[in-house]
Amino acid sequence: MSFDISLILDSLPKMLSGIGLTFQLLILSGVLGLFLAFVLLLMRLTEKWYFSLPAQVFIYVFRGTPILVQIFIIYYGLPQFEAIRESIFWPILREPFGCAIVALTLNTGAYVSEILRGAVLAVDRGLLEAGSALGLSRNQRFIYITSPLAIRLGIPPYSNDVISLLKSTALASTITIFDMMGIARTIVAETYAPYEIFISLAIIYMIFTFFIQKGFGYFENFMSRHVKK
Amino acid sequence: MTQPLIQMQNVDKFFGSFQALKNINLEVHKGERIVVCGPSGSGKSTMIRCINRLEKHNNGKIFIAGRELTDSEKDIDAVRREVGMVFQSFNLFPHMTVLRNLMLAPQLVRKNNKSKAKEIAMKYLERVKIPDQANKYPSQLSGGQQQRVAIARALCMSPEILLFDEPTSALDPEMINEVLEVMEDLANEGMTMICVTHEMGFARSVADRVIFMDLGEIVEEASPQEFFENPKNERTKLFLSQILSH
Ligand SMILES: Nc1ncnc2c1ncn2[C@@H]1O[C@H](COP(=O)(O)OP(=O)(O)OP(=O)(O)O)[C@@H](O)[C@H]1O
Ligand SMILES: [Mg+2]
Repeated sequence: MSFDISLILDSLPKMLSGIGLTFQLLILSGVLGLFLAFVLLLMRLTEKWYFSLPAQVFIYVFRGTPILVQIFIIYYGLPQFEAIRESIFWPILREPFGCAIVALTLNTGAYVSEILRGAVLAVDRGLLEAGSALGLSRNQRFIYITSPLAIRLGIPPYSNDVISLLKSTALASTITIFDMMGIARTIVAETYAPYEIFISLAIIYMIFTFFIQKGFGYFENFMSRHVKK
Repeated sequence: MTQPLIQMQNVDKFFGSFQALKNINLEVHKGERIVVCGPSGSGKSTMIRCINRLEKHNNGKIFIAGRELTDSEKDIDAVRREVGMVFQSFNLFPHMTVLRNLMLAPQLVRKNNKSKAKEIAMKYLERVKIPDQANKYPSQLSGGQQQRVAIARALCMSPEILLFDEPTSALDPEMINEVLEVMEDLANEGMTMICVTHEMGFARSVADRVIFMDLGEIVEEASPQEFFENPKNERTKLFLSQILSH
């Protein structure tokens, strides 16, 4: 097999022109997903079944099905319903980009809320008892004790989820979005050179993963600077 | 006689079907110093944790300064403002400096402003002799210093009663005394305290009464002198022979 370097040099800038879209998918659904995760977490932490049960079902459904299936259902499935087409969500769901954001957000929201819940439950019970003994209310304990400590505990698993979200954005190319993956697929269709193109694309994703990991590593060190290792 | 600060009347506590406290009756008056001892699992922690509602008792009544502990949040909050607690494992908030650990409750619960809270915090840090550590984080202190900070943190709420749950058991031997000294100072200043501890020297020199618990019951209750020299109950004798032989 010959490896065509000039082809790689040629197509790198083209693929990189999709970087903006890849980042929009990552950041938009990352931020919205984090927000959703927080809402789901609060729903699960209440001891009211009518809040916690729907959150649990939602999480179960989105963690229990492939994200590609979720994207297809949202993109191909939802427009079949009259009600959807007439709803205020239609301007979003009409566009492939909107569909991708919705699917990625719902998916990552479900995963991240479980991460947050794990972190909240991992906070030392003794500290919360100390808070109670000092007379702090439930909300005050959550704000001043649980949250800051849970954030520290949640950073490593959360960074894993951001990395897997980055890779999931590539699935958006299946619904006609020209992110880096979408562009790569077009180039491959034109040049019949899957190795060169996909391997260079893989390296680009790896470089981003590296920076995300580093970034969260610094963040984690910063947040736990007071805790002896 | 004045009304007792703490009154426990026929208190039972169950964990599932396991009965951890059996018909506990206890009265503590203002200024009294009580030492509680007994074998592991005898219910010592559970008993004092019922006093500030970290555990909820199932039967009987508990009154703190005349106020009954019920499910009412208002009563629980009121009681917790008057009862401080010091834990075996310190339980300092690791993400806050020593100063912030001490200021938190005075600000949030007592609604003091920041400078007042800081003034209170520094006052009690001086009292436990570590004002110079105010801006450190708990993990930067020795065990003995951490426990002294924890005592200062409880004092910042000016509680009527202080509960100690084995405050020196997690400490290296050379640090036990610095914590006991602080506790003795408090006792001498008239603080009402209930202290679960196996430091028998402390019990002898400080306690007004020693309570021995076994299998969820108060088995014996006596002055330290009576307790150590002339224990009545067989279980107490056995326990004392074990603990004093070390
Ligand atoms: N949250 C809980 N759930 C179930 N059982 C519990 C719980 N807390 C305590 N117990 C049980 O209740 C009994 C009394 O426990 P407690 O902690 O009060 O004992 P203790 O006298 O403080 O012992 P130690 O000296 O080991 O601290 C023990 O048998 C313990 O296993
Ligand atoms: Mg105990």
